[in-house]
Amino acid sequence: MTTIAQETPLARRRRRWEVLPYWLILPTVVYLGLFFVWPMIQGFGLALRDESGNWSFTAIETMWNDAAFPEAMSFTFLLIAVIVPIQFVLAFGMALLLNARLRGSGLILYIFLLPLAISDLAAGIAWSAIFTERGYLNTILGGVGVLEQPFIFLDPTSKTQLVIAVAAAEIWRSTTFMMVILFAGLQAIPRDYIEASEVFGAGFFQRVRHVILPMLKPSIQVALLLRLIFAFEVFAVVIALTGSGATVLAAESYKWQATNENEHVAAAYSIVILGLSLLAAAVVLLVLRTPRERRLK
Amino acid sequence: MALPRLRVGRLLAYVAAIAIAVFIIAPIYLITISAFSTFDAVYEYPKNLLPSHLSMESMNIFLDSDGVKDSLWRSVWVAVLTIVACLGIGTPAGYALARFTFKGANPFQLALVSTRAFPLIIIAIPLAVTYLQVGIDDTIYGVALAHVAFTLPLTVLVTASVFAGISYELEEAAMTLGCSRFSAFSRVALPLALPGVAAAAIFVFVTTWNEVFAAALLTFTNRTLPAQMLAALDTSPLPYRLAGGFFLLAPALVVIFFIRKYLVSTWGRVAR
Repeated sequence: MTTIAQETPLARRRRRWEVLPYWLILPTVVYLGLFFVWPMIQGFGLALRDESGNWSFTAIETMWNDAAFPEAMSFTFLLIAVIVPIQFVLAFGMALLLNARLRGSGLILYIFLLPLAISDLAAGIAWSAIFTERGYLNTILGGVGVLEQPFIFLDPTSKTQLVIAVAAAEIWRSTTFMMVILFAGLQAIPRDYIEASEVFGAGFFQRVRHVILPMLKPSIQVALLLRLIFAFEVFAVVIALTGSGATVLAAESYKWQATNENEHVAAAYSIVILGLSLLAAAVVLLVLRTPRERRLK
Repeated sequence: MALPRLRVGRLLAYVAAIAIAVFIIAPIYLITISAFSTFDAVYEYPKNLLPSHLSMESMNIFLDSDGVKDSLWRSVWVAVLTIVACLGIGTPAGYALARFTFKGANPFQLALVSTRAFPLIIIAIPLAVTYLQVGIDDTIYGVALAHVAFTLPLTVLVTASVFAGISYELEEAAMTLGCSRFSAFSRVALPLALPGVAAAAIFVFVTTWNEVFAAALLTFTNRTLPAQMLAALDTSPLPYRLAGGFFLLAPALVVIFFIRKYLVSTWGRVAR
């Protein structure tokens, strides 16, 4: 330690290597500091200051008294309540199908993965072509004789119908996201476990219930966690499908920034979204927590 | 073998797989035939479920509309800028996580993973305010800077897992044969990592091509394609929207083909 002069060239090289990783991560740390952490802090500052820059709850109060606030809140929650459970079951089923090594599984995987790269705006537009009054769904239902007159699916006065339409588009688009995480988790389950349960006579549903689901718990946790976080950000699909018939939290945030040019209230809305996301994450972690000693690996 | 071994179960599995595949493909198919049909066919009712009026009419109306071609180019430019910046900044960090054990590596990785818990919406609004002050509001650079912030954490995590899959011994061998630390990386590790790094680039592309909230907030006239589409939703005719929707969705068909392998292995691992 004291005799640095005696340090061998190799040791010196090693020592230089010790600082190397820090230099390598430095650009990332600086960038995320400037463009992620700092704006986040600014966001809180915006929400908690008024136009003249003084600390105040004006923006929060404006948001709270905004007629659209409870509407956006309830529509966002309603969507999540409809979408996420259906999505979870469907994603789990799709993951099981992928894991079943069916013939043509390469093609099935490709098709199942497609929605992952499709934006919620594109999904909203595609599904509006289906749900619109002169659209494809009415064509099909009329063609098979279920409907005599075209039905107005996207009726702006019916919240229920709007929720169902947006939920259909969102289930179509974002189920794949959960499926990928669940499928990756499913592949990590040793086949011996499943085969052993088969040997002891467990049926399909018993295997799912007692072997697969418990072992998949960490993946289920991650899938639900991320899906819920993204669900609170739902935005363009709602606008594309409902026009001004329904609103969600992100759409209100957008409106306050872009139309009303009040970044304080817009930031207040975004903080509500952040708070709800973190709350949802905490709930998932708490409900689905895995005791450390029972973890695999 | 998670599914029933029974023939009936097997059959049911195929039926389910095909039903889900049809459910996924149907909207893509319908928007595609709508985008490539005549103006009248888009408005007709009942609709034809087969591509009977194939034409470039709707597509040309969309492409010739004010600002559409420009917005397409802007989207491409934002994607290029974001990918280059993201890989330039993120790949070294990914390499560091894969190759070195250093103090702070775990917190760094954890911080990257936890960035996903924060909705990106909360970043977009303060950035819009800052851009106005700095003078990069309404530019594609501003949008690209925001998109890098959104995609950098995932880039680092993906490249880290790519480099972790390449044996360090190859680099060591190169170094004993006279390569420097850097040339061992650039001439041995990097070429081997290229397919994985390309996959990371595609992840980034998908995000920036699709991102609408920040893009719409950070620009007013120089809009990217999604921002342009969002702004035109309630004023544009149906054929315009459908053709635009097709443009937004089309890259998915190509990119998923190239990254389908990585999606499951890398994404699955990163999500843990």
